[in-house]
Amino acid sequence: MAAVFSPRANVIVAVAMLGAVGAVVGLCLWWFAWPRSDYVRHVGWAIQQPVPFSHQHHVAGLGIDCRFCHSSVERSAQASLPPTFTCMTCHSRIWTNAALLAPVRDSLTEDRPIAWARVTDVPDYVYFNHSIHVSKGVGCGSCHGNVARMPLTFKAKTLTMQFCLDCHRNPGPNLRPLAHVYDMDWHPDHATPSPADLMRAYHIGGRNLTECSLCHR
Amino acid sequence: MMPRPATVLGLAAALVLIAGCDDMTKQKKQNPYASRATAPGEVPAGTVAYGEISAPVPPVTMALLERGQTEYHVFCAPCHAETGDGHGMIVQRGFPAPPPLAAERPQFVYDVITNGRGVMYGFAQRIAPEDRWAVVAYVHALQRSQHMMVADLTPEQRVAP
Repeated sequence: MAAVFSPRANVIVAVAMLGAVGAVVGLCLWWFAWPRSDYVRHVGWAIQQPVPFSHQHHVAGLGIDCRFCHSSVERSAQASLPPTFTCMTCHSRIWTNAALLAPVRDSLTEDRPIAWARVTDVPDYVYFNHSIHVSKGVGCGSCHGNVARMPLTFKAKTLTMQFCLDCHRNPGPNLRPLAHVYDMDWHPDHATPSPADLMRAYHIGGRNLTECSLCHR
Repeated sequence: MMPRPATVLGLAAALVLIAGCDDMTKQKKQNPYASRATAPGEVPAGTVAYGEISAPVPPVTMALLERGQTEYHVFCAPCHAETGDGHGMIVQRGFPAPPPLAAERPQFVYDVITNGRGVMYGFAQRIAPEDRWAVVAYVHALQRSQHMMVADLTPEQRVAP
């Protein structure tokens, strides 16, 4: 009687088993790891802008405060992108012939806003309010990273729901004294009040900060 | 002829699965600023913005001065410098130097912050009216601190370190 399996069967079975394992591993990576990668979440991607604005130069180099341009951050849900008028506060007299700034001058002469590209964006079903965060001691850098070290601006944190909840469940470690909210290079030192003291000072803790309707309205 | 139950079930399952393809992170909504045609038009001259109506001048308190110091640091110091001498970082980079801050009427300082003066742009959109008064108060305090005579100090202030 002839053999049921030919000698090639050993190879075929081994390849098929390896292939099955590979498919399962690959599927898991594709399904679970890929969507969580910085590549898909656009973390660390410098965004193409009409003008290659450098936060590093303006913030670290010149010492301009965040609020000089993002002036509604203390009063409004939006930190707001500056209008051309704000750029022209200085650039009406400085670098007036720079080719790099041609889109800014065109925007002024044609009375047409500059279409800046969003760097950080949360889904449309999330309502984020800047003013409450900066007035309760959450520093800009806690969500935006150290913008003063970004020649071109990129998203520095994942800004996923997990990211928000990590802080909303335990805000203390991410709070700082009000004087340092806009300080990009701030780190807690021995003089910094403890997280518990900061929570008390800002009256945080009386309300459950993980209520759904806090962010989803 | 009736379709087989398996076909009906399969189609129903497909409908349920298709619902999962909806990406709710981007939803249709109106953004009037997306187009020049729908954006709010030019504001007629002389229009007073809500919140811009003349409010009474706030009394000078320590809190007002501290607020003024913050706002001065953010909006004024880039050119006028933290001392008010007019040699701020932007001036060092080529912006025409403003004259050192001088003793002026509060209303004059307030109006300069609001409307600008010379090459200085107005800050009406960036500094709220009550914060402008805070800056006015702080600038006044800044000048007094730089022209203080020993004779102006109280005995307690003189012994203080």
